[in-house]
Amino acid sequence: MSNPIKVIKNGIIDENPTFVQVIGMCPTLAVTSSAINGIGMGLSTAAVLICANLFISLLRKIIPDKVRIPCFIVVIATFVTIVEFLLKAYLPALNASLGLYIPLIVVNCIILGRAEAFASKNGPIDSICDGIGNGLGFTIALACIGLVREFIGSGTLFNITVLPEAFPRTLLFIMAPGAFFTLGCMMAALNHFRNKKKA
Amino acid sequence: MYLILLLLAGVFVNNYVLSQFLGICPFLGVSKKVDTAAGMGAAVIFVIVLACAASWLVYNLILLPLNMTYLYNIAFILVIASLVQFVEMFLKKSVPSLYQALGVFLPLITTNCAVLGVAVVNMQNEYDLITSIVNGVGGAAGFALAIILFAGIRERIEDNDTPKAFDGFPMALVTAGLMSIAFLGFSGLISL
Repeated sequence: MSNPIKVIKNGIIDENPTFVQVIGMCPTLAVTSSAINGIGMGLSTAAVLICANLFISLLRKIIPDKVRIPCFIVVIATFVTIVEFLLKAYLPALNASLGLYIPLIVVNCIILGRAEAFASKNGPIDSICDGIGNGLGFTIALACIGLVREFIGSGTLFNITVLPEAFPRTLLFIMAPGAFFTLGCMMAALNHFRNKKKA
Repeated sequence: MYLILLLLAGVFVNNYVLSQFLGICPFLGVSKKVDTAAGMGAAVIFVIVLACAASWLVYNLILLPLNMTYLYNIAFILVIASLVQFVEMFLKKSVPSLYQALGVFLPLITTNCAVLGVAVVNMQNEYDLITSIVNGVGGAAGFALAIILFAGIRERIEDNDTPKAFDGFPMALVTAGLMSIAFLGFSGLISL
């Protein structure tokens, strides 16, 4: 795993956290009522993931094996706190709409999962690439779900109205059930293509 | 009266899983059988109640007086992680039968965002100790209700013919969506 491009591509496509590994579901479903929220959440998570991966990789020989999980959690929580402060200071509107889900990045299984599976076993450069790959994969997935829900639910894309006013909005899609339906149907579509490819 | 309303609101109206998306990972992960779902639900109720009390104490007795509230996130996750570890050791020693029943699910709870979520919500709303615990019980009971109902439905789905592309997760997600619509019916029932 010394080829950085390969590591990044692996995170975005082959092991996409949302569609292939199916982890980190809570923010995926909760904040994707619009594309901008989805991208904001994705990038915040990616930032935490990259920093946490880097530091855990640097510290991997110092951290005793038995207490590694609490150590990882402290590192992750530190970066989440930093990201929360940055958002509060520079993007207060985004911070308000993501709300509770920013502190909850700590318990996003993607970050702890990558720390345990990758950063604690690989060098800092590879770990950064792995963070970028998985972070971007997560962001892209959230953006796709956000775009679909925003389009169907409020007739806009990135807050710009695209559907004519006369066309009815399906409000359900920006509420909780829409999140489950959108993700379910997208995963089913991906499965369908994969089955076709195999056959 | 307010506390009873808060409890009911947690179970039905603001159901943590179906309307706020907290604790989706265990909700999708351990809901294949009703027995395991019930075990997970019980373990979550147990841990959330303890975590609400512990995080309230840490926040109000340590972080507030020291003006270190900005550390709440790190403090809470450490409290929860050590609490889960402690509960596991305690049950193993003194209530082995309960430990046997909950065993596998306990370590998983650390990464259940419902636990941290309830602690953060309690802090943001500045609830007092009793209100925090009631809110925790309501939220956890809502989680248990949702996961047990969901497991019941999934057991039935196993025996049915689903389109091939929908096998597994997609079908589970669509089912959760339908349940979520059903729970939308409760909204407006209670206003706090």
